[in-house]
Amino acid sequence: MPTVNLNKKEFEKLVGKKLPLDKLKDRISMLGTDLEDIKGNEIIVEVFPDRPDMISEQGFARALSSFIDAKTGLREYKVKKSNEKVIIESSVKDVRPYTACAIVKGIKFDNEKIIQVIQMQEKLHVGYGRNRKKVAIGIYPFEKIKTPIYYKALDPEKIKFRPLEFPREINGRQILSQHPAGREYAHLLEGKKKFPVFIDSDNKVLSVPPIINSHETGKITEQTTDVFIECSGFDFEVLNKALNILVTALADMNGEIFSMELNYGNKKITTPDLRSSMINLDLKYTNKILGLNLKENEIKKLLEKMGYDYKNKKVLVPAYRADIMHQIDIIEDIAIAYGYENFQEEIPNISTIGQEDEFEIFKRRIAYLLTGLDLLEASNYHLTGEEFLNKKMNFNSDFIKVKKAVNNDFNILRTWIIPSLMKTLSENKHYDYPQNIFEIGEVFTKGKTETGIKEYCRLGVTLCDKEANFTKIKQILDYLFRMLNLEYTIEDTEHSSFIPGRVGRVIVKNQKVAYIGEVSPKVITNWDLTMPIVALELNLSDLFDTI
Amino acid sequence: MPYVKKLKIKGKEYWYMFHTVRDGSKFRKISKYLGKILPENIEQIKENFLKEIKKPKIEDKIDNTTKLIESLTPLERKVLPVLKENKELNEIIEKTGLQEVEVMRALQWLENKNIINVKKDLQEVISLDNNGKKYLKEGLPERKFLQSLTSELSLGEIKNKANLNDDELTISLGQLKKKAAITFVDKKVKITEQGKKLLKKESLEEQFLKKLPLDVSKLEPEEKFAYESLKKRKRIIKTNLIKIRTVKLEKLGEELSSKNLKTELVESLTPEIISKNNWDKKTFRRYDIKINVPKIYGGKRHFVNQALDYARNIWLEMGFKEMTGSIVQTSFWNFDALYTPQDHSVREMQDTFFIENPEKGQLPKKELMDRIKRMHENGGSIGSTGWRYPWNSEEARKNVIRTHTTVLSAQTLAEIKKTELPVKFFGIGKCFRNETVDWSHLFEFNQTEGIVVDEDANLRHLIGYLKQFFKKMGFPEARFRPAYFPYTEPSLEIDVYHPVHKKWIELGGAGIFRPEVVIPLLGKDIPVLAWGPGIDRIVMDYYKIKDLRMLYKNDIKQLREIKTWWK
Repeated sequence: MPTVNLNKKEFEKLVGKKLPLDKLKDRISMLGTDLEDIKGNEIIVEVFPDRPDMISEQGFARALSSFIDAKTGLREYKVKKSNEKVIIESSVKDVRPYTACAIVKGIKFDNEKIIQVIQMQEKLHVGYGRNRKKVAIGIYPFEKIKTPIYYKALDPEKIKFRPLEFPREINGRQILSQHPAGREYAHLLEGKKKFPVFIDSDNKVLSVPPIINSHETGKITEQTTDVFIECSGFDFEVLNKALNILVTALADMNGEIFSMELNYGNKKITTPDLRSSMINLDLKYTNKILGLNLKENEIKKLLEKMGYDYKNKKVLVPAYRADIMHQIDIIEDIAIAYGYENFQEEIPNISTIGQEDEFEIFKRRIAYLLTGLDLLEASNYHLTGEEFLNKKMNFNSDFIKVKKAVNNDFNILRTWIIPSLMKTLSENKHYDYPQNIFEIGEVFTKGKTETGIKEYCRLGVTLCDKEANFTKIKQILDYLFRMLNLEYTIEDTEHSSFIPGRVGRVIVKNQKVAYIGEVSPKVITNWDLTMPIVALELNLSDLFDTI
Repeated sequence: MPYVKKLKIKGKEYWYMFHTVRDGSKFRKISKYLGKILPENIEQIKENFLKEIKKPKIEDKIDNTTKLIESLTPLERKVLPVLKENKELNEIIEKTGLQEVEVMRALQWLENKNIINVKKDLQEVISLDNNGKKYLKEGLPERKFLQSLTSELSLGEIKNKANLNDDELTISLGQLKKKAAITFVDKKVKITEQGKKLLKKESLEEQFLKKLPLDVSKLEPEEKFAYESLKKRKRIIKTNLIKIRTVKLEKLGEELSSKNLKTELVESLTPEIISKNNWDKKTFRRYDIKINVPKIYGGKRHFVNQALDYARNIWLEMGFKEMTGSIVQTSFWNFDALYTPQDHSVREMQDTFFIENPEKGQLPKKELMDRIKRMHENGGSIGSTGWRYPWNSEEARKNVIRTHTTVLSAQTLAEIKKTELPVKFFGIGKCFRNETVDWSHLFEFNQTEGIVVDEDANLRHLIGYLKQFFKKMGFPEARFRPAYFPYTEPSLEIDVYHPVHKKWIELGGAGIFRPEVVIPLLGKDIPVLAWGPGIDRIVMDYYKIKDLRMLYKNDIKQLREIKTWWK
């Protein structure tokens, strides 16, 4: 989850109310964020990914100040008309079709503010912007730009400029291979014949979105006061939200917001649009979901605590909120404003009959029969490695692999249980024998199911002792089947993990349900063990189906 | 109970107390004279009266010494009688004819019972080394040297005749010269008169070797001389530190050793003793029932499974039905049906295990798929905006190892018949995340899932069910904070309070499923309470396990020793 670093002093000024530390901690966590750490004058908070409007100090303070009743209700942000234009050419349609733009003037940028703006931009890129795929943001010193600004797509070889923090001028194609940001985001322009660019009226390149700004026209310094902001991507609504989040945060830094006219061919759109949107709220539904009995004016108050206004059965949603999809999202905010700690728990008086899954009952019966024979239950991972599953077992099974597992020792799904038990035995050589263990767990093979993978629940038993032999493991099998009142037969078979002539398949009602045998000394040695081992692997899923 | 009665004897009144006791098959009345006037402290007198007439218990009849004698093991019985005369270990071994270990064991037991005291001293004992053993048999090299000198011989000749090695030759030469037993004549060695005398008697060293082993601290002056001389020579003698045990009879021991210990006592009760029907004539040796016994380990369920079974039982008690399902799922069920957008970070490979082969599975029937697609793209027509992106069915086909048990809830919702409502379901199972393993992260973990599908369900019910569950799990206090999940709204984070550590433990999420989840699966917007907190933290806490990896380490010692789940 993204974190925001807050400067305590600045933050308190923005919130407009000072709270004692423990109260502040409590309010932050009950607002729906997490206090990570407090380091001197710095407060670090975690923000949930559905609230990109809170990932700046300004946005966070705005939400908290409403929540603690310092400044409730909808915030008004003035947008002045600038008469500046951005001309969007149709060539961007196939590359990155939309942009939403604004100008913010009169900000006193110091080092700290520059860092804040860059961090806000980065966090929006990563989260809401899905690593720049959905939204890429450019912020430029406005005084270096000659309007109108053009957004178009050009042949990458013809785009020549000096990218941010790069020593020399290179072309669009070279950026993707030479500039670090180019390499990181190259995949977003992969296969595109033309690259999108923002270019000013002096033909100076401002940036190649979503990759990099120009060093000359795309770098904010302490001399900057006015900035041009653009968000580019594929969904105009999403870009608007991102832009609104940025400009309102900058306005809270005492900036003045100016609109721009976007010319999409003949269509003219003005951004940013900071008018609140309206959503109908069903009060009865609200009370029903929350289990409360709130009156309309109470709901209004709660909404104001979350930065909304309420008029004529409608909720006015601030233009920077990107998470409101349905009235249920507003109902959650009402619950948060009401305080989760204030909900009285209730167990409703409804009658339902509890019922355990029959197979779970079956599995437990088996487990208790085995513990009655003094066997210890083990529990291993479902993920394993080929080394364990096949090589050490002197076996060759077709297995299912996962993509790019972080741990290479655990990158395939197990196909049988005995290797897990062998691993357990090999890690416990220093303890007393006999070591008689079992495990009930899932194994995976290819099969005709929705996923193409069939899962079986299997029982594995291993007896490891100097006196372990076929009779002893067969006695366990025999006991289990007698207790389950099942007839079984054993037929000779071959299995490369077992000693030839001492391994069998167990058959119940014409169904092969188990392997049983003495583990081959080769396998025992592969696992670095020196004790005789006998083993049994029983397919409980199949067995359960037959009875 | 005793009773008080006034008796008139010859016209005078006397107070008596009576009590009836059973004596075999007869009854007997016992009386106590109280005086002419009834005493005031009658209750106290009653109590004392009862004490007086009460039959003494069997234990009281047998004195402690007899009890002690009856508790002696056969080994102790053999050892104890010889201890009065013999105080040292080898003497005791010799007298009793027992093995050293047996004697040691008996002494240990006797000492435990305060019958004897075993004093342990360290003693430096001199014994024969390899060369010493040889010389004791063959004689010291200097003696062999002298014996060879029947005539004047060169050193080489002596070496051969006396069969000495170079070392032995050199040392003999030195020794004999010092004792003036030889002289040199023209590079040949000749025995002196002194030498001839020496030949006739045993040297101090030779006498010393014969006496070994000896205690260094108890050497006579002559022995000391020989010891110092031999110590300097190669591997003739060696000294070892030896623990010497000296037995002292305690007061109790003195008393016992004079008693007859020979009584036949029964050791193990055998079928023969029982069937011969003469056991009542025998005395059973008294056992020390307080003694520690070797540990045994029974068969046992894995401790995590014990905990999961316990949790399962709680849901059953609360009227929930169990749901189960596959571990490998399509992204459709794991994500799309739960309204998780296809570009959400959880759907990237660094978080989730995707299957390489078969990479993709089948989608459900088209009707359901279209409903889900519409929810993602534009919110259908349920008053939602949806996620606003083109939904891709190929992305939904990708197989994953389930990241949460919530996938079971989605599948259950799709199966429920509306006529069955209200329904409550729970699930417990493994979930997977592609994560680096360390003490607080594992790629496999357990969740307990639950849904309540009820027309009248609300947020307070959700809190009610969860509080009840965790109370039964041993956490009387739970709190709920706002949280975020793509598929619930409102969403909550569950914390339980740890009464011992006095801190909150974060367990995971809960909420009410969004209409975007419920409507396509169930066909109607009915409140569905849902939760899926992790359970491993609770298991770790209960078993005081600090490292998550220890849950599935399968260390046999841990599995043998770990206590049973008993909340």
